[in-house]
Amino acid sequence: MHFKSLTELKLALHKKEVSSHELVSHYLKRIERFNPQLNAFITVTGESALQEAQKADTLRARDPENAPPLLGLPMAHKDLFCTDGVKTSCASKMLDNFIAPYDATVVTKCRDTGLITLGKTNMDEFAMGSSNENSFYGPVLNPWNTDYVPGGSSGGSAAAVAAGLVPAATGTDTGGSIRQPAALCGLTGLKPTYGRVSRYGMVAFASSLDQGGPFAKSAEDVALLLNAMAGFDERDSTSLNVPVEDYTQHLNRSIAGLKIGLPKEYFSHVSGPMQKTLEEALKVLEKLGATLVEISLPHADLAIPTYYVLAPAECSSNLSRYDGVRYGYRCENPRDLNDLYLRSRGEGFGTEVKRRILIGTYVLSAGYYDAYYLQAQKTRQLIKQDFDEAFKKVDAIASPTTPTPAFKIGEKVSDPVTMYQCDIYTLALNLAGLPGLSMPAGFINGLPVGLQLMGHYMQESKLLNIAHQYQCHSDWHQQHPTAME
Amino acid sequence: MTLSIKKVQETAYLARIAMSDAELNRCHHEIEQIFTLIDQLQAVDTKGITPLAHPQASQQRTVADKVTESDQHEKFQALAPAKQLDYYLVPQVIE
Amino acid sequence: MTTTKSEWESVIGLEVHVQLATKAKLFSGASAHYGAKPNSQACAVDLAFPGVLPVLNREVLTMAVRFGLSVNADIGKRSIFARKNYFYPDLPKGYQITQFEHPIVGRGTLPVITEDGRNLSIGITRAHLEEDAGKSLHDAFNSMTGVDLNRAGVPLLEIVSEPELRSAAEAVAYLKTLHALVGYLQICDGNLQEGSFRCDANVSVRKKGAPEFGTRAEIKNVNSFRFVEKAIEYEIARQIQVLEQGGTIVQETRLYDSAKNETRSMRSKENANDYRYFPDPDLLPVEVSQAFIDEVATTMPELPWQKRLRLQQEYALSEYDANVLTSNKALCDFFEEALAHTKASAKITANWVMGELSALLNKNNLDIEQSPISARALGGLLSHLADNIISGKIAKTVFEKMWSSGEEASVIIEREGLVQENDSAALEKVIDELMLANPSQLAEYRSGKDRLFGYFVGLVMKQTAGKANPAQVNELLKQKLAG
Repeated sequence: MHFKSLTELKLALHKKEVSSHELVSHYLKRIERFNPQLNAFITVTGESALQEAQKADTLRARDPENAPPLLGLPMAHKDLFCTDGVKTSCASKMLDNFIAPYDATVVTKCRDTGLITLGKTNMDEFAMGSSNENSFYGPVLNPWNTDYVPGGSSGGSAAAVAAGLVPAATGTDTGGSIRQPAALCGLTGLKPTYGRVSRYGMVAFASSLDQGGPFAKSAEDVALLLNAMAGFDERDSTSLNVPVEDYTQHLNRSIAGLKIGLPKEYFSHVSGPMQKTLEEALKVLEKLGATLVEISLPHADLAIPTYYVLAPAECSSNLSRYDGVRYGYRCENPRDLNDLYLRSRGEGFGTEVKRRILIGTYVLSAGYYDAYYLQAQKTRQLIKQDFDEAFKKVDAIASPTTPTPAFKIGEKVSDPVTMYQCDIYTLALNLAGLPGLSMPAGFINGLPVGLQLMGHYMQESKLLNIAHQYQCHSDWHQQHPTAME
Repeated sequence: MTLSIKKVQETAYLARIAMSDAELNRCHHEIEQIFTLIDQLQAVDTKGITPLAHPQASQQRTVADKVTESDQHEKFQALAPAKQLDYYLVPQVIE
Repeated sequence: MTTTKSEWESVIGLEVHVQLATKAKLFSGASAHYGAKPNSQACAVDLAFPGVLPVLNREVLTMAVRFGLSVNADIGKRSIFARKNYFYPDLPKGYQITQFEHPIVGRGTLPVITEDGRNLSIGITRAHLEEDAGKSLHDAFNSMTGVDLNRAGVPLLEIVSEPELRSAAEAVAYLKTLHALVGYLQICDGNLQEGSFRCDANVSVRKKGAPEFGTRAEIKNVNSFRFVEKAIEYEIARQIQVLEQGGTIVQETRLYDSAKNETRSMRSKENANDYRYFPDPDLLPVEVSQAFIDEVATTMPELPWQKRLRLQQEYALSEYDANVLTSNKALCDFFEEALAHTKASAKITANWVMGELSALLNKNNLDIEQSPISARALGGLLSHLADNIISGKIAKTVFEKMWSSGEEASVIIEREGLVQENDSAALEKVIDELMLANPSQLAEYRSGKDRLFGYFVGLVMKQTAGKANPAQVNELLKQKLAG
């Protein structure tokens, strides 16, 4: 049951083959059994989940016709979505004691669709990282091979879904934090167009780049979840006031005639086995009638330097609110006000977070702003223009999600520059604000490989259509780690 | 670009982050490396390019001037590390 | 050290923080109302809880554009909110949302009349929207500072002048004009005690005719016109003294201590602040369309200087009177309403509003809006005066009774029988009797002691309980005493 897709579980609930209470109890037992090993959850909200499941069952029995679309299905939230009355830590010592006093819009919307939260998942501290090793609560392990990282920053969500601890989860993606762990854990994960999913209550890392999105086993599941999460929110000034379409509507369209661009810059560095795996996947798309076209994104190599100026700049300011005054960690016996600030922040933040705050503070400071921050805004424009040009020629762009499959825990943690290279194929989309997804496209040495599909603004439906058609003609997404059975 | 350890120290103070000497040294070393990545930007000709602050080419929305929030100070201040008589407390600020 | 040596010239620019009179805050739905219990009006957004986001209150755009139009300024069709980053306990986010490179109001001019009647035209550099900080309470807690964040996020319009003011008196005239203006525009309640209108002054001095400005000091947050004047005067004198003794002026922030009448350096704010301004990524560019500006323009009230001119032209008031009356919108409204309900002249009405009424209001610490005598009632009183029903002296008595009882003038006059005696036969009879009763004084008067005329006037007024028409008394007495 636990490796079934959300779509299958939905049907099972509908047919009364299983009750929501049974489903939730089952997943809670799985969490209890496997989480000590994987460390995917920071908080498990078993009691309230069971109560909600009971209510869902009652509601379904009483009025099955009017049941919300995902009534009684379990899920998990990344621990940077605020949940009223439940700890929301962002995997930081800074917020280890923080019980959010309100719900994020995404949390409310998921609940309104009938989804039941089983808990809050582990992550890189404040979403900064690509391996989930930067957590105050320790690293998350990859269910496919526990010597390996699950990717980051939404590693807990990815590991939890991949291990069958929950059938769906939310994540956030500032530079690849949904797509990269989805690739490394063999899942389908989508970063929507910037502004499609409300950021209200989603703890900010880099405001102009952050976007929430879902993880699940299939494109079809992701479409269901995006239906729940997406939508205009008056409380987020950057939320797009555009009606939400039904993302499941076009899943079954033929992709014959679609032009899929392959950016040559994205394929030039990948290894032989990676190249071969991706080519196989692309052949399937070709067989389904899509045309593959080589394209160029000439400023692709600027994504990393541009991102590592802009994201830290925004983060340095966004994280200034953690000062030990109104909530969160406060150092012992501060001597004076500056001591309170310096030690609360010095002790409360982890290494990677501090590093990025320092970089961001530096690039915004007097005398450096033009050379770094302003220059990066200009190269950001160049990167966006590359995509605008490309989408004049193609319907979607395909590329590797990551340069390699999952790497070993500890392998890159001491070398930030190498770590930052992991996101080389995912950063540009965030800089341009475009939607992208990663879907399973094969395995190398037992570790999943992801194919990234990128689309033009608000083209989530098209990406999900391509992914679903691919999944109808492949079974990589149906594989699961045998050790987790 | 060379980045002095003094500059890193000043930046840490500006960001109000206390660091031990060892942490500062390590951080200095790592940041220098990261700047070798970042400094690639300096070679790019961006003359005439409009800076892009935001992926949305849209404008700010506004809301009506209406009070929509009620007093929740008890709930909010339950999270405060130090408070008294409904005030948040910090070490004495001398002006 | 209060006199300025004549070879020195002072250069003053003002930054005024005008609290906009909105119901809700700039970026949140919390109440912006003054005086609530500590932190009871600080919502999750104001407290900078993780994950919260700002949304822009529409009303502030209207208010900013109103101000911009009133000073003939360029309106920023596309203004940008930026973050000003620094750490302070009253600043919950660790940054203030403000406008830096692209303010909503650009260059404009403010017409100012000085106390001594000079007409100035002072340049407005810019005006921008920003959020207020919270308040710190330093003395109430044992070695701790208390922070109240009710004010955090209240909208401010910061109005920056060009350094075109040349004396403390000019600075005060500018401030009073601006204060009146924001009242006319109904964008600020103008309450100085509650901090709705706060002023920072940039002060420097230079030798007269010198092309360059001197180094300036910024005097922070002075909250009364009188203290602004004193603070600037002190600072000018201080700088001249330093320079004349061969010293140099340090660019710094100084705080005015009204108890000691001096400014002193605020070293705590000097720690090399690098504010790292950058566009706020949570907010998009604010676009103000021409249609919106045109719509605001149709709602513009008559401005103080327009009103001043009208009062001079329409009612033949002096520039001085017109200036005093228009210094406060409510005062001028009161005057015009009283005038609309009286037979008295504009000059008489103006004299009463600026004289008797203002004096009693001041004495009782009341605003014109709180006057116990309504404009209509004052008009009624002055009509009685104009109709010669009562004398000016009786009018003052009636006015005082109206103040304490709240009754109409006619009620008081009738009940207390204060109607002026205009019957000349009756008056002649009174005068005749008094002449008979005071033969020696009459003789002295007739022998040339003119000043005894006043003695007889007094007797007549006493005899008639003040009700005699003074003009009539004068005329008849002159005739009769002359014999």
